[in-house]
Amino acid sequence: MKDERKIKENKETRRSFLKKTALATTFATMSACGSDTSWDEFFQKYFRTLSREEKNQIIKRLENKYSEKYGKKFSVSAKGPIDNTLFGYALDVSRCIGCRKCVYACVNENNQSRDPQIHWIRVLEMEKEKGIDFAHSNDQYNPELVPEEGHFYLPVACQQCDNPPCVKVCPVKATWKEKDGITVVDYNWCIGCRFCMAACPYGARHFNWGEPDIPEEKVNPKTHYYGNRPRNKGVVEKCTFCIQRVREGLYPSCVEICPVGARKFGNLLDPDSEIRYILKHKRVMILKEELNTQPKFYYFY
Amino acid sequence: MTFIKFIKESFKVILKGNKWYYSWVGMLLVMFFWGGSGYLHQLKHGLSVTNMQDSISWGFYIGNFTFFVGVAAAAILLVIPAYIYNWKPVKEITIFGEILAVSAVIMALLFVVVDVGGPFRLWHMIPVIGVMNIPASLLTWDSIALNLYFILNLFIVTYLLYTHFRKKEYNKKLFNPLILLSIPMAISIHTVTAFLYNGLAARPYWNSALLAPKFIASAFCSGPAVLLILFQILKKTTKFEIKKEAIWKIAELMAYSMFIYLFFFFSEIFKEIYSGTHHLIYLKYLFLGIGEYNDLVIYAWLSIIFSIIAFFLFLIPKTRKNVVTLNIGAILIFIGVYIEKGIALITPGFSPDVLGQLYIYRPSMTELKTSLMIFSLGFLIFTFMTKVAVEIIFKNMNINNIKGDKINTT
Amino acid sequence: MKKYSVKKHLLPLFVLFAFIFSGISYGDSLKKKGSNEISVPPPPFSEDIFPCTECHAEHDPNPERRVLEEMHDDIILKHDEKNRWCLDCHDLNNRDKLHLASGKLIDFKESYKLCGQCHGPKLREWKNGVHGKRTGRWNGAKKYLLCAHCHNPHSPEFKKMKPDPPPEDPMTGRKK
Repeated sequence: MKDERKIKENKETRRSFLKKTALATTFATMSACGSDTSWDEFFQKYFRTLSREEKNQIIKRLENKYSEKYGKKFSVSAKGPIDNTLFGYALDVSRCIGCRKCVYACVNENNQSRDPQIHWIRVLEMEKEKGIDFAHSNDQYNPELVPEEGHFYLPVACQQCDNPPCVKVCPVKATWKEKDGITVVDYNWCIGCRFCMAACPYGARHFNWGEPDIPEEKVNPKTHYYGNRPRNKGVVEKCTFCIQRVREGLYPSCVEICPVGARKFGNLLDPDSEIRYILKHKRVMILKEELNTQPKFYYFY
Repeated sequence: MTFIKFIKESFKVILKGNKWYYSWVGMLLVMFFWGGSGYLHQLKHGLSVTNMQDSISWGFYIGNFTFFVGVAAAAILLVIPAYIYNWKPVKEITIFGEILAVSAVIMALLFVVVDVGGPFRLWHMIPVIGVMNIPASLLTWDSIALNLYFILNLFIVTYLLYTHFRKKEYNKKLFNPLILLSIPMAISIHTVTAFLYNGLAARPYWNSALLAPKFIASAFCSGPAVLLILFQILKKTTKFEIKKEAIWKIAELMAYSMFIYLFFFFSEIFKEIYSGTHHLIYLKYLFLGIGEYNDLVIYAWLSIIFSIIAFFLFLIPKTRKNVVTLNIGAILIFIGVYIEKGIALITPGFSPDVLGQLYIYRPSMTELKTSLMIFSLGFLIFTFMTKVAVEIIFKNMNINNIKGDKINTT
Repeated sequence: MKKYSVKKHLLPLFVLFAFIFSGISYGDSLKKKGSNEISVPPPPFSEDIFPCTECHAEHDPNPERRVLEEMHDDIILKHDEKNRWCLDCHDLNNRDKLHLASGKLIDFKESYKLCGQCHGPKLREWKNGVHGKRTGRWNGAKKYLLCAHCHNPHSPEFKKMKPDPPPEDPMTGRKK
């Protein structure tokens, strides 16, 4: 009897010893590999299923972490979707001049890494004669002045599809569509497999190949958990329609910066909104319609 | 207790060998550690040390993953004649197919581990403690299928060797269902891997119904090629008899697979060229290049030319039964399929990208080093398990003839 | 005769008038209230140019169509200049005002009414919030700009501009 108990005890101590060693080794390896993950962050569970208290704890931890890193007081909002809201975006193709001000406004608002460089918006220069023909488009255009004769410009970012292929393929459900139509990524849950990037027909998703670098003086401290809070290496990110702004009633940064007023935004469920006016009165199209992604980003003229 | 002895003795077998064995293992260990330094570099700096980028988000790692899933699936090419048709000459050597499957699955899984941005977050994929996107995500299904296949084959190999070691007959009631189960499981791992690709509407190059059948066909050409070469090595280095008929039969089955694979390939080419839609651009990028973006052209042509030559070498009985041409054919088809499932599958899927821009991708030094780490680990596992299997099955090492710490080899 | 007592009804009357006045001065949003006024930032005058009457009160108005030489010669008119000239929009007698085709005088801060005479669909879209730079709140008060804030009324065509830099090669600065 005694022997059996002793064997059992030995087994227990051995098991817990092994467990501790395994965890210690994991953490040692992780810190040796330059990961600045804390114990809490490593074990953080799926944000969607946490209680309000647990979420608040995580938010606080993140606010402290970012405030310390960037020397500014950070706020991380976890504000949920506004009732009766489904966001829609419209872009006037006849007006865009390809100045890329939207690209860089987005970079500043959403704390995108400067080095390695990440742009959530990609502007394609196309020929008027060929129409929308991706194979003959050019995203590297850099003439002296825009718009160039005989060309038009098509900025592309996340289309916040209603039938998103990226959500379908994520193995851990780190990306999903919120009630207000925004497809979000939980940066602390994403494992970085990049299946979503292969699935997106619009090239809207971007990966942090290296540790993102944001200059301290340019960092935007008003953030949202699913939006523009600073990311870490090895996770996917994308346009969130400036979730930190639109859930407060403001326009996305790209809408506000556009010097020619080509960008329009609003609530599709509000019949008096600008976006509904555009859908009713303008000639509207969506990209790659045959793929049935049902995007919420409309191009019109 | 006997099992512990079995493990101990197996370790002893692994540690003992002749000078060729030691040089081979030594070389693999050196490659493993040198490659490992590449992976540590990647862990520290992130995937920016690879040549992958937003538009080419998968590369060498996932290409190798796909290929080795195919090799793992191909093990059953031996199981079918051995256990369904009860063809004795192949039955004795089926275990090597299983060992190949185990090593190949380990390599495939490792290629995924080195490819993800957050390897320490892979626990997010474990059921209950993580979140599984069932039934929508093919990657979840793939991880389930691969892990199950790995466990199944590991069990089969261990069970077979262990029962041999104990000089007992294996329990047919337990064993036969499992070995038969490995057939649909093998098909399923490679099908689900193919479905990963062909389910993506965003990538017209992959979005073909024929992708899964083509994968299976090419897997059945390439996996057994390794075994063919292994069996000839074993014939030379050990005293056991592998019947010529067994080798020729495997080669014959491979010839049929090659025909199906080539037929599928030409079907796809015809459809793209004849329909002449914009989707032809991916084949153009692969086989003709577009402007200065032509680095894949040589590999694409080599792959198809090698495969065709190998097919004829295996088809014609004279060349199939000739040792030299047989081996040349095996190597050619292996290279051909390695390219077809590797760089010729992945890169044209990403370039031109979804918004029409063109890119070039060549694996970086770190990617090559990390891949070398995985190759050498896989070869090491394969070598060790093969040595133990040869010792137990063909040199008759068993529970009775181990005296103390010495192995009595006859 | 009973005298009608205003004192008794003073408070309710006051409240009634307060309501009416508050309804009139609420200016911000537009079409739904039926109001003709849209609140905008001040017109983009050149420095010290307004009020125009400071100089023009001294001069006799000259309605003859000509090229201006003594003042305002820096203004290049490229806006249907074959058919129009200054006084088709600026009022002859009161230079602090613009005039519509009917002759009605309007303030510079209502200049959109003038533009809308020829550019009707654009005016309609602007009022509905789908033309022009959009700032403010998507679910509340929007901020409108005058046509003149983006389009120079004398030469409205947008000048081309230098684009911001293209995305750099993703392989830039990568450690191998």
